[in-house]
Amino acid sequence: MRRVSPFLITMMVLGYAYLYVPIISLVVFSFNKSRLVTVWGGFSTVWYARLFENSQILDAAWLSLRLALISATVATILGTMAGIALVRLGRFRGRTLLSGLFTTPLVMPEVLTGVSTLMLFLLTAKWIGWPSRRGFSTLLVAHITFSMTYVTTVITSRLSSMDASIEEAALDLGSAPWQVLRDITLPVISPAILSGWLLAFTISLDDVVITSFTNGPGYNTLPMLVWAKVRLGVTPDINALGSLIVAVVAAGVTVSSIVITRAERRRQRDIAAALAEGT
Amino acid sequence: MKPAAWFDRRGWSDVIIGVPYAWAIAFVLVPIGIIAALSFAEPVMNSPPYMFPKAWPHLSFGSYERLLSDSVYVRSFGVSLLNASIATVLCLLIGYPMALGLTRVSKAANRVLLMLIVLPFWTSFLLRVYAWIGLMGNNSWFNRLLTGLYNSIVPQAWHLGSIQIMYTNFAVIFVVVYSYLPFMILPLYANLEKLDRTLEEAAMDLGSRPYRVFLDVTLPQSIPGIIAGGLLVFIPTAGELVIPGLVGNMSDPMIGAVISEEFGLNHDWPMAAAISVVLLMVLVVPLMVYTRYQSRAQAGGSA
Repeated sequence: MRRVSPFLITMMVLGYAYLYVPIISLVVFSFNKSRLVTVWGGFSTVWYARLFENSQILDAAWLSLRLALISATVATILGTMAGIALVRLGRFRGRTLLSGLFTTPLVMPEVLTGVSTLMLFLLTAKWIGWPSRRGFSTLLVAHITFSMTYVTTVITSRLSSMDASIEEAALDLGSAPWQVLRDITLPVISPAILSGWLLAFTISLDDVVITSFTNGPGYNTLPMLVWAKVRLGVTPDINALGSLIVAVVAAGVTVSSIVITRAERRRQRDIAAALAEGT
Repeated sequence: MKPAAWFDRRGWSDVIIGVPYAWAIAFVLVPIGIIAALSFAEPVMNSPPYMFPKAWPHLSFGSYERLLSDSVYVRSFGVSLLNASIATVLCLLIGYPMALGLTRVSKAANRVLLMLIVLPFWTSFLLRVYAWIGLMGNNSWFNRLLTGLYNSIVPQAWHLGSIQIMYTNFAVIFVVVYSYLPFMILPLYANLEKLDRTLEEAAMDLGSRPYRVFLDVTLPQSIPGIIAGGLLVFIPTAGELVIPGLVGNMSDPMIGAVISEEFGLNHDWPMAAAISVVLLMVLVVPLMVYTRYQSRAQAGGSA
C-alpha cells in the first residue's frame, strides 16, 4: 500500500467537512433550547415534541410515505420491464426510442419535466376530462414517470454484467422463456430490483420541483411543506424533522446495504456450490 | 450467443416491451411534444391560454423573437450557464482530489468513505439546503467564523461586522456545489478506480515527478469520468429552481425561475414553452458529446 499524499488527505478532510458540517450543525441545533437556529441556548428536546404535535407535518409525512410506497412499487415494475426489454430482448423495432425515453427524464432539468407534465395534465383535463382535479393521481403519475427511469438504469447495468449463458442453457434444455424469467433472471437480479426500489422510494420522498408543478390544493407532501416553511424563515422544528430524516436514512441505508451484501454473498455461495456439485 | 432468441417475439415479450413503452410515450414523449408545439403558439387570455395563428403556416415565432430580443431572457440564460460552469469547475476542483484519494486509501476506509459520499444524497435535498441557510445567516457561528478570518487578514479599514452571504449569487454557487458534489465524485471515482495503476508506477520508476505523472498519465485517462461528472453537475444546475429561489438574489433570476414565472404567474404558456425548448437545445449539445464519449469509451473497453 502506497502512502496517500498529504495534499489528497487535506482535500479529503476539507471535502468531507464541506459535506457534513451543515448536517451535523442541523442535528446539533435541533436540540437547542433557543428559537434561534444557530445560536446555542442550552439542551432541550422541545422541538421534537413540537414536531409530533404538528398535525400538518404528520399529514404531509403520511402523504409522502403513501406516495413514495405506491410510486416506487409501480416504477420498479415498469422500470424492470423496460430494463429487461432493453438488455435481453434483442433488437426489436423502436428500441432506440425506448432507450431514449427512459434516459430523457434523467438528464432533463426538473423544471422542464415539471412544466411539461403540468401542461399535459391541463390539456388532457380539457380534452378527455382526466385529471378532473390535480392531487394524488397526478402526483402518482409524475413520480412513477421520473423514478422508473432510475430503476431502469440500475436494472440494465446489472443485466448487462450478468452472464447470459445460464439463461441460454435453460432455454436449450427446454425451459419456456417465462420459466427462465421466473426461475433464473428475476432471482439473479433481485438485489438490483431491491436497490432500484429503494432509489425510487427515496427520490419520490425527496422530490420538490416536479411535485410543486403537479400537486393540487390540499396535497402538500413533506418536501412541499418544508419548502413553504423555509421560505418564511428558519425554525428549529425543521431542524428536528431533518435530524429524524437523517437518522431514519442512516439506519435504512445501513440495513439495506447489509441485506444486499448478504443476498449477493448467498448468490455467490450458491453458484460456487452448484459448480462444485457439477465437477 | 443468441440474445434475440431469449424470448419468443410474440406474447410475453410484447407485454414486457409494450407496457413501459406506452407509459413512456404518454408521460415523457407527449409532454415534450406539447412543449415543442406550444412554443409556436400565441398567448391569449383564455383557457387554455394559447392559440395557433389562423393563417398559414399556423405557427407563430413571436415567443422566440421576444426571447432573443428581450434582455431579461438573454441575461437569465447567461446567469444560468455561467453559474453552471463555475459550479462544475468548482465541483471538479474539489471532487477530483477526493475521488483520487478514495482510490488510494485502504479497502475498509474506502467502504466507509464511499458510503459517506452517498449518504447525503439519500437524505432530504431540501433539508441540506435549509441547513446552509441557517449557517450562512449573519448571526450564525459559521458566518462569524468567516468574518473573523476575513477581518484577521484585511486591513482595519475594511473590517466587517458580518459578511452578507445569503441572497447573493455566491450563496447560490456555494450551495449548488455542495449539493451536486457527490454527482461529480462518484463517476470520477468509478473511472479512476478502473485505471491501470502499473502505468503510474512505471512512470514513477522511470523518474517522473508526482505532478508530471498526474498530468501525463492519470489526468488524460480520467477524461471520460470528468465529462460524466461534469454533465451530471452542469445540466441540473443550469435548470436549478429550488436553490436560487431560497438563497439567491431574486432580482437576477436563473432560467428555471423565469420558466416557472412565465408559466405560473404570467400564464404565458408559449413563452414558457419556447424558453424550455431553447434550454433543452443548449443542454442537448453537451449531452451528445457525452454519449459520443461514452460509446467510444465502451468500444475501447471491449476492444
